[in-house]
Amino acid sequence: MTGFLIRRILQALLVLFLVTVFTLALVHLFPGGPIKALLGQRATPQQVAYYNNLYGFDKPFYVQYLKWVGQLLHGNLGFSTKLNQSVTSLIAQDLPKTIILVALGTVVSLLFGIPLGLYQAVHRYTTGDYILTGISFLGYATPTFFVGLLLIEWFSIDIHLFPPFAPQGTTVAQILSDPRALVLPVAAYSFVLYALWSRYMRSSVMDNLVQDYVRTARAKGASERRVLWGHVFRNSLMSIITLLGLSLPTLVAGAIFIEVVFNYPGMGLAFYNAALNVDYQVLLGFTLIATLATIIGNLLADVSYAVLDPRVRYN
Amino acid sequence: MAIIPPGADPGQMDTALTPDEVSDVTAIAAEKPRSLLRRGWEVFAENRLALVSLGMIVFIVLFCFVGPLIYKTNQVNTNLTDTLCPPSAAHPLGCDQVGYDQLGRLMVGGQVSLEVGFAAAIVAVFIGTLYGAFSGFIGGPVDSFLMRIVDAGLSIPYLMVVIILSVIFHPDTVIMIFIIAVFYWLGVARLVRGETLSLRTREYVQAVKVIGGGRSRAVVRHIVPNAIGTIIVQTTFAIADSILILAGLGFLGLGVQPPATDWGDMLSGGLTYLQSGTNYWWLIYPPGIAIILTCISFNFIGDALRDSFETRLQRR
Repeated sequence: MTGFLIRRILQALLVLFLVTVFTLALVHLFPGGPIKALLGQRATPQQVAYYNNLYGFDKPFYVQYLKWVGQLLHGNLGFSTKLNQSVTSLIAQDLPKTIILVALGTVVSLLFGIPLGLYQAVHRYTTGDYILTGISFLGYATPTFFVGLLLIEWFSIDIHLFPPFAPQGTTVAQILSDPRALVLPVAAYSFVLYALWSRYMRSSVMDNLVQDYVRTARAKGASERRVLWGHVFRNSLMSIITLLGLSLPTLVAGAIFIEVVFNYPGMGLAFYNAALNVDYQVLLGFTLIATLATIIGNLLADVSYAVLDPRVRYN
Repeated sequence: MAIIPPGADPGQMDTALTPDEVSDVTAIAAEKPRSLLRRGWEVFAENRLALVSLGMIVFIVLFCFVGPLIYKTNQVNTNLTDTLCPPSAAHPLGCDQVGYDQLGRLMVGGQVSLEVGFAAAIVAVFIGTLYGAFSGFIGGPVDSFLMRIVDAGLSIPYLMVVIILSVIFHPDTVIMIFIIAVFYWLGVARLVRGETLSLRTREYVQAVKVIGGGRSRAVVRHIVPNAIGTIIVQTTFAIADSILILAGLGFLGLGVQPPATDWGDMLSGGLTYLQSGTNYWWLIYPPGIAIILTCISFNFIGDALRDSFETRLQRR
């Protein structure tokens, strides 16, 4: 186990190294280089040369890399001249709000996805299963933003039940002060995630139902309910926990669209605005943080899998 | 001429069967072993949902590419007198915010969505297959390192990197194909590598080495053709994903440049009006439904194909 942990962490560090190299290389892809992106297309060559020198973009790539990583380790992700704010403080301001959206959406979708996926596996190939399968396929094929648009049209234009905008404000307290306005964004976000969990739960339960331990439990005379909840459910749930760790990129992506559609003031909306303003420091800083979260999520998923399931042995 | 499963190579075309012919073949099954593709097609053809989906895709392709020849509209010059006109006899699906006929726009936007979706999927699967097959076949530290590169790419949230690349390149249709493919191939590479790891221990692959065949020969002539099931299924899903990603970028205003459009770009017009409290439903439903129908059809086809290539389901 210790050997596996060490190897897995070393792998994660190598991945982290490759990702940072790629991110820094991306800076140089911006039209006219990073300084032109910062100063605008009408910057004079003298200005560009001056700032290239100031920020060290005229140095060899490995020198730039070491300097940049040094800054990252000090928590300096760059400075947005367009917003006159450091990227770190922007993240500190917006991340908690996005976490609220993602957490609420994930919990709601799991509350529907897990029981319904289980139901589908137990009653597979029945009308109920086919209908729910149809709904999940719809969830897979429907773009997140289209779900958002439909909810706005149905629930805030046709019947004025919920406001079309998410709660506004800079602090978490302001967001939570208007739960009614949170309903539509969370509902739209959950629908797409629901498809993912319920499909996965269905196939996971179906895989578990044919395992030897289920036959053993039945042979010992355990009731069908006990087999299902005591054995199959618990084992299937474990793989869902792992999937949660691996789904971080999906969660992030979904949040971007939901935040844009509902004007929800989180990291996704800030990222979108940065894209429109070509604010490359924010774009790369946010991407780096999301990537870091993904790498850690994958690591935790692998480790928790090894810890939770004694059958899994990594050698 | 029977309908050909998507991704089937042209040489196989004359061997594809109509459902009626299938029963005839079953009779001689015992005497003559049939190709993986043909057996796969038989299982596929039994899946009614998959056949309906295939029909739907054919219909959508005809609608987008042949439709404009029959239903002629001006999709280049804006027409401000028609701005946001509701559906009528002259404009069956109404007009958008700059006066383009919405039905004609749906066809033109669909062309971009389908072209980019197909091309991006093929580019991504091609690169991913070669990379994954070589990595898995070589094995050892080289394989480990190549796979860490894939891990690194996959841990960068796909949507974020695609948005950044769109900001950098202001893509036209061709560049958009590569922006979508440039990170999508990673997932394919991982899958194909997994397949290769099990294929490379087979006798017929070992035999290539014994006869003195090189690595490229083993990979291109023996491993890739035997992983064709996985590859075709992945292509199908990749098309649906690419169309969704393009729609997402279009919706965010980062897609192909005007006057070109795609289905997602068309939807973004509807959002602006919804947020100001006016409901121009004809801006929302047509492109939205077009995206859903296309993607759901490709998903069903992919699912059916996966069943077709699962050998345990090929019971004959």
